[in-house]
Amino acid sequence: MTPLLQVENLAKFYGHRIGCTDVSFDLFPGEVMGIVGESGSGKSTLLNCLAGHLTPDRGAVRFDTRAEGLKDTITMSEPERRMLGRTDWAFVHQHARDGLRMNVSAGGNVGERLMAVNARHYGNIRAEAIDWLGRVEITQDRIDERPTAFSGGMQQRLQIARNLVTGPRLVFMDEPTGGLDVSVQARLLDLLRSLVREMNLSAIIVTHDLAVVRLLADRLMVMKDGHVIETGLTDQVLDDPQQAYTQLLVSSVLQV
Amino acid sequence: MIFVENVSKSFVLHNQGAAEIPVMQGASLRVAAGECVSLVGASGAGKSTLMRMIYGNYLTASGRIMVGDLDVASAPPREIIRLRRETLGYVSQFLRVVPRVSTLDVVAEPLLSTGTARDDAMAQAEALLRRLNIPKRLWALSPTTFSGGEQQRVNIARGFAFPYPALLLDEPTASLDPTNRATVLAMIEEAKARGAALIGIFHDHAARDAVCDRQLDVTQFTPGLAA
Amino acid sequence: MSDYNFAYLDEQTKRMIRRAILKGLAIPGYQVPFASREMPMPYGWGTGGVQVSAAVLKPDDTFKVIDQGADDTTNAVSIRRFFQKTAGVAVTEATEEASVIQTRHRIPEAELRADQILVYQVPIPEPLRFLEPSEVETRKMHALEEYGLMHVKLYEDISQHGDIATAYAYPVKVEGRYVMDPSPIPKFDNPKLKMAGIQLFGAGREQRIYAIPPYTDVVSLDFEDYPFQPTKADHACDLCGAEDSYLDELIMDDAGKRMFMCSDTDYCATRRKGGHIGAQGAPHREDAA
Repeated sequence: MTPLLQVENLAKFYGHRIGCTDVSFDLFPGEVMGIVGESGSGKSTLLNCLAGHLTPDRGAVRFDTRAEGLKDTITMSEPERRMLGRTDWAFVHQHARDGLRMNVSAGGNVGERLMAVNARHYGNIRAEAIDWLGRVEITQDRIDERPTAFSGGMQQRLQIARNLVTGPRLVFMDEPTGGLDVSVQARLLDLLRSLVREMNLSAIIVTHDLAVVRLLADRLMVMKDGHVIETGLTDQVLDDPQQAYTQLLVSSVLQV
Repeated sequence: MIFVENVSKSFVLHNQGAAEIPVMQGASLRVAAGECVSLVGASGAGKSTLMRMIYGNYLTASGRIMVGDLDVASAPPREIIRLRRETLGYVSQFLRVVPRVSTLDVVAEPLLSTGTARDDAMAQAEALLRRLNIPKRLWALSPTTFSGGEQQRVNIARGFAFPYPALLLDEPTASLDPTNRATVLAMIEEAKARGAALIGIFHDHAARDAVCDRQLDVTQFTPGLAA
Repeated sequence: MSDYNFAYLDEQTKRMIRRAILKGLAIPGYQVPFASREMPMPYGWGTGGVQVSAAVLKPDDTFKVIDQGADDTTNAVSIRRFFQKTAGVAVTEATEEASVIQTRHRIPEAELRADQILVYQVPIPEPLRFLEPSEVETRKMHALEEYGLMHVKLYEDISQHGDIATAYAYPVKVEGRYVMDPSPIPKFDNPKLKMAGIQLFGAGREQRIYAIPPYTDVVSLDFEDYPFQPTKADHACDLCGAEDSYLDELIMDDAGKRMFMCSDTDYCATRRKGGHIGAQGAPHREDAA
């Protein structure tokens, strides 16, 4: 089986400081991988290198493109990479306002990616937007409201709808539940989990919340000081951590 | 079906002076299709540890753990994930689910993820819940708010929803009333009859004697405890 | 006149602007940056258009200026006098006599010829600006032809108003490549953007020049189920009776009495001279012009 994403010896430096280094892994279709670590561990740097927002200094990030199979996204042309960014890839930001157009209606936000790939029939675009708002549990009567009128949880769900409407194959998520109330988080997690399964999505989720990865991720990668220090099945890493840092991380979580 | 050969494991507690605690050594076990083997031994002897190693939840330091033709001790995560989806079921004592997901969906999930059509999966889930006496009014609710006994039965329904060729049972009859206990034992018998290989931990000796073909004392594999 | 270089700007500046114009003509619809000069008028009064006019005017040109179609409003009169004074060129109000026409917000009704140049004053040249504030990003979007966002604006129109409510500065795609803001002309004028004359667009504050060469394809953006429609008031001109020209609406008194008249004053006057009379019009008199 061809991996959907193949990362080899990826490294990013900020001057002499390490952003992340020696990162290698394969992500297969339908797999959800979590990346955990404390602030400054390099997990967000890594995610941004994978999603094409940052240019790594070394290594390869190969994506299984529809037309040409595995292709290094670092060396491919910018138009091609941006095209992936609005078709096969999705990026869910921690803060919904970074991923939404706040001065455009909910329907327009969802429709934008469709129009970006040349949908030119208003009725069809709107029908698709209504369908997707429904799937993220936003009622149809809110379609013409701007996201500024939405609660934090709704904004985050709108961001997800906007990202998934073009049927991407790989979703990058940066702390998708950060800053939300616990009850809102639970609803979002449930939603993400069912969407991931229904659409057979692959996802890479960066978070510092171990409960989030336990529920969403099949596999886990633990980062510290820019290095990957431990990987494995999510429940195995959490229940039988091998590295000192991972043991500390797991034992630091308050039990409810 | 399940073949454990000379496995060992120890825990290293880095944050407690890097203490190394050997917990298993030279463990071997073989379970054929249609057979149920019970793990016995004093508390702390390593029954759950061995079961978790077979499930891939704990890493194995050395030795082989063959489930079907996959060596869990050395397989990459995605193959263990596939093994758990298609081959190896696990009924634990504790229920761990996403909040807000209905009981019916929790039970149907193993069927849905192996490609059963939604209607069929739901019908089978309903039948299981009915058989385990979960009142119909609870089906649409999340099991997180259920009593211990109800959660345990939801867990069993989920574990038995898909006909896994191999099944691990951790205290499946704990906290059940006699009627439901009898139902679960019947379900174990049915699994054996269709050729599943089972490994169980039972504190309920009568239940154990009723369904298990053999017992294996894990104390012999426990460093420091072995006779 | 001797106190100024011909047409106010120095020759080096005019050469710089002409280079930008030539580049604009070579890449239809592409916004060419240029070193916009301070002009003796405030931004918003046509500093971009004036610089472009200054760069293309020749001593034997005949110059016309319209503001919202009219030759006799303050802005039009000032700019016309400006070039009368600094370039000494002939001026006219008649569209067909002019060789260079500077316009604010209209295209004349009379069809322009190949020997005529139309110069637009542009306030905001970037059509993507309202939805994407970053200049770096909008330039990239033009470069990579990522124009989905333009339709988001039209989508918003339909969802909020039931129809594409954008009535002026209606976005167009030039020669199948660049999406362009045609300056705030009414969308009624959009079909006229494909013409025999040369069209030059100058944005002084934003420091951009762009152009449409003669006979270039200019397509107004739309949706399959909401096709582009050039619209005007459903009325005839009350002065000259024209049914095909863009109309201004005038409130005549407190009782709400209304009057419609051609926004293109030269077009209206020419028709009246030719004997056309509208519902409230009087026969043409020479001294009334």
